[in-house]
This record gives sequence, structure tokens and C-alpha cells, in this order.
Amino acid sequence: MSAPATLEFDSVTKRYPGAATPVIADLTFDVPAGEICVLVGPSGCGKTTAMRMVNRMVDITSGDIRIGGTSVRDRPPAQLRREIGYVIQQVGLFPHQTVAENVAAVPRLLGWDRSRIRTRVAELLELVGLDPALGSRYPAQLSGGQRQRVGVARALAVDPPLMLMDEPFGAIDPINRERLQNEFLRLQGRLRKTVVFVTHDIDEAIKMGDRIAVMQTGGRLAQYATPAELLVAPADEFVEDFVGADRALKRLALLRVRDVDLWRAPLVRAGDSTASARARAAESEVPYPLLVDTDGRPLGWLSERDLARPIVTPPADSAPDPIIDADDVLRDALAELLQAGTQYAPVVDPRGAVLGVLSVEIVSDLLAAGSTAQEAPSDRVRDDR
Amino acid sequence: MTALVAQLQIQDRGSGSEQSCVANDGFCPGWIVDNLDRYLHPLWQHVYLSVIAVACGFVIAFALAVLAHRRRWLVGPIVGVTGVLYTLPSIAVFFLLQPITGRGALTALIALTAYTLLILFRNIVAGFDNVPSDAVDAARGMGFTDRQMLWRVELPLAVPEIVAGLRIAATTTVGLATLAFFAGAGGLGGEIFAQITFKSNVVVAGLLCLALAIALDVLLLLGQRLLTPWRRAGIAEAITR
Repeated sequence: MSAPATLEFDSVTKRYPGAATPVIADLTFDVPAGEICVLVGPSGCGKTTAMRMVNRMVDITSGDIRIGGTSVRDRPPAQLRREIGYVIQQVGLFPHQTVAENVAAVPRLLGWDRSRIRTRVAELLELVGLDPALGSRYPAQLSGGQRQRVGVARALAVDPPLMLMDEPFGAIDPINRERLQNEFLRLQGRLRKTVVFVTHDIDEAIKMGDRIAVMQTGGRLAQYATPAELLVAPADEFVEDFVGADRALKRLALLRVRDVDLWRAPLVRAGDSTASARARAAESEVPYPLLVDTDGRPLGWLSERDLARPIVTPPADSAPDPIIDADDVLRDALAELLQAGTQYAPVVDPRGAVLGVLSVEIVSDLLAAGSTAQEAPSDRVRDDR
Repeated sequence: MTALVAQLQIQDRGSGSEQSCVANDGFCPGWIVDNLDRYLHPLWQHVYLSVIAVACGFVIAFALAVLAHRRRWLVGPIVGVTGVLYTLPSIAVFFLLQPITGRGALTALIALTAYTLLILFRNIVAGFDNVPSDAVDAARGMGFTDRQMLWRVELPLAVPEIVAGLRIAATTTVGLATLAFFAGAGGLGGEIFAQITFKSNVVVAGLLCLALAIALDVLLLLGQRLLTPWRRAGIAEAITR
């Protein structure tokens, strides 16, 4: 399997017998291979129904859904489903089976031999960040986050080209949800599955989606676009309302710190003269010099008191807080600044060396520049994950 | 009827030092020890009747439950019919069946099996109903066929309720089987009624019935423990948390 498949919705309609209006109306869009397509919308908009039509958990009334060019209607449902990863909000682990048995569910249906299953299970647990020793536990013995990871591992078991995920992180607390989202994106960076991801949370949609299908009541597609397009140019009032008044802020979740123009940091090293340090600071937007070690890692901001001495000496206890990772998204970086109650903070590269300084001012200028200035480079954000 | 009278005839009560105790229909440990072996065959008949009846009842009730699980409208009618079977007086059934199936184990087994159906059917259906719907949805979404769903997901998860039903059925069947001698199938009931005034006899036969009921119950409980290790894991975790 493995190679991702394109997914095409072609005038898909679902109407229940006796119902006046369809639950899905003429849904048409394509998901390119290897991309995450998020179906998002208010409850009752049919997003879950649309997803469940892909693996024929819900029958199509008219129109067609094609995976890699083949209509799902041409495949026996059970066989079709074994080739599509399936993750649901309540996870749906089998309580009577161990973690390893749960993960092995589909390989067993396909009749893999024992040793191949054992190897694959170990590989999958590691892939989703679970201790292989958990393989012999029962689901009741796991935390919510661990269960969800097992659910993802189980869905990936036979390396399906397409994954369906229905609010997979919806039942997880916010902190762990964030972590699971990031882990999944990192995983997706390696695996490049075609994913249909259902959520009612627009923030999650913007974060997870390469493309977002906004649906509205009656199962109609309101807009199908990349997250950046959706935020910059909502198709109509409904989408604008759904995306929210804070869509400018939401764009911060699409930009990484290293994507913006940082302030130049007035770097000084131990042993420099304070006079030159003062001069350096005067040239910069930052009022105080930043002391770094020989590898360029930040040691601390120098205070007036430090500058009163003739020579720069390492301060005892002023490791700068916070230090911002260049790979963070701007929204998280801004949150860190605000939380620390500071106007600016050093930004470091993965090795810990200072790249520059991020300030609240930079972010607010960016927001003030509005939709015209920064066409949010969502592809760039995704690439390095 | 003559055969019945013959069964009820006072039997030889043995002899020896306890003769007076026995003559007075008392509780005589010595007599009991000497005469235990006469209960072995009725006990064996009793085990046979109870176990076979519950086993047959289970097979039938399971088949009905699987049928009704896919077609919900069947639940009502099946509960109705098995409910009528359950309320029929067993002695009447024994006699009603005799012209058709004759006297013997078969007649008794048919009646006893019929009695287990209501309890077993309702418990198996309840077991299927209690299977977490998210596990069923996930299984279907991963490509389990109806049959794979039944054997690999629904049945294992319904084991606690099914065993609960089996335990009730087994205990009541052991009790009801004491009447099986009316159908000519023997069992411990025959011994009890043969010398119903003799305390030693009634106590021994009665205790054997009780022991059999408890033994079956314990076996079923152990069986459930073996089949559902996941339940204990979950409980242990809930306690330590």
C-alpha cells in the first residue's frame, strides 16, 4: 500500500429516505495525495457523514468518491476499509485486547504471520512514541493520550495510503491535545498520508490542514482553500463568521518565528568593554546588551548595574527568560512573551545560538500590516515538520 | 404410575449399631458414611441433567440472541415465547411430554432446557447490547465482517453478562432437576422423595444438590476470570489510580 492516494469527492450527495433535505449536498473537492484535508463546520453540517462515506460506513446516495482513481463503490466494504486507516474520537480500542493485540487488529484480518505482526507492532508503538513495554497492557490501564496514540498506531498498522480521522484529539485535555497534534504533524511529515481530518474547531483545522473544507448546515461546501487563503479571503459571511473575528491573530499560528524580520540583538561577550557594549545597545532597538557565551548561546541581559563596571562580567543569575525557539509558531512565541510579562526575548536556532530578538512590537506591526502585507506561507510552515 | 409408586417405596435402611437412629428416621452420621455410595449414581444423573440442559439451552439461546442482535424486532417475540416456557409448571411439562418422548432423560432434558432459555437469552442480548459502541464502530471501520465482529469483538466483550446468565441458569437448573425423577430421569430428587421422612437421606441428598450448585457456580466464575483478564486489569488500575 504505502504510496498516498488522491481522494476525489465528485458531486457526492447523501439523502436519507423520507428526509426533505439532503445531509450532504453535491460535495465536490479533490484532496491531493499526501495532504491533510480538514473537514470543519458547526455541528450538524455533515462533516462526519462526509468522512464516513469515504469508507462506506455511510452509503452514497448519488455522486462518487474515488481513491487513487478507483470508486469506493467498486470495492467490497470490508476489503476497502482494511486499506483505510480509521481513527475516531472515542478511539474505540478493544477493551478485552492488549495494546499489541489492538494494534495488530487489521494485520490479523489480513492474515499476516506472527513474527511479521510482532515486528510491525513494535515499530508502530515506537513510531507513535509509546514504550514497547506498554504492548502487554490493556486499554483500561492507559491514559487518554496513550490510548489515542494506540488508536493512531492501530490505524497505521498496514501502512494505508489514506487515513480517516474523526475528531481524533477531541476528547484530550488541551495540553496533551497540542502535543498530540504536533506529534501527528511530525509523523505526517515522514509518512505523507492522504488524511481526511474532521473537527469542529477552526483553530485545529488551521493548524492541521493543508486544505480546509468549511461546511455549513445542509452539507454544503462553503469554501475549500488553504488555511492562509481562508484567513485572508473568506468566501462569504458564513465562513468569515466561522473563522472568527480574530482571524488576524489566527494567522500567527501559520507563521514561524524565523519567517519574520527579527531585531538585531546587541550581542556582547564576557571580557568586552562595557563602553562598546553600550554602543552596541544604542545601535539596536533593544535597550540592553545581551551577553552570550563563545558558542553564541544567550547567558543574560546586562543591567545598568552590570554596565557600571568597566568590563563585562557574566551575571550570576540572569539567564534570560523566555528564550524563543526559531521553529515556534508566532502565536506560541507571543504567548510566551506575554506570559513572561516582557516586551522582547532572544530567538535561538536549534543549536541554541542567538539569531535575533523577537518583540511584541514586531508582532503587532505584522498584525497592523493586515492581510495585504504577509501572505502567510503555510507551505513553508509545513515543510520542516 | 406404578413405576412412581415403586420409586417411592421405603428402601432397605441397612443395619448395625445405628439401627435405632435409622429406625427413628434420625440424622445418623454412621449410616451416611456407610451409604454414601448409593448416592453416586443419582448424583451423576443430576450432574448430567443439569450440565446438558444448560449447555443445550446456551446453544439455543445464543443462536436466538445472535439472530435477534441483527434483527431487533425479534427480541420481543423471543422473550415472549421463552417467558411462557419459563412460567409453565415443570411437573406438568414432564407429564405432557411423556406421551411424545416417553419416560427418561430426554423428557427431563427438554423441559430443563426450555427453562434456561429466557434467562440465557436475556443475558446474552444484554451482553451484546453492553459492548461499547465505539469499539464496534472502530471494528467496522477497520474492515471487520459481521462474523469477525461477533467472534472477535462482541462475544468476548459480552462474556461477563453471559456468564452471569449461565450462573443463574445453572443454579436454578440444579434445583429444578430434583423433579426430573417424575419424568423417570433419576437424579438426587428421586432419592429425596424415596425416603422423604428419613432425615439422614434428605440431608445427604439435599447437601449434594447444594454442593453441585455451588461447584457449578464456582467453575463458571473461574471460567469467566480466565476469559476476561482485561476486566481485572482495569479494576486494579482504577483502584491504584
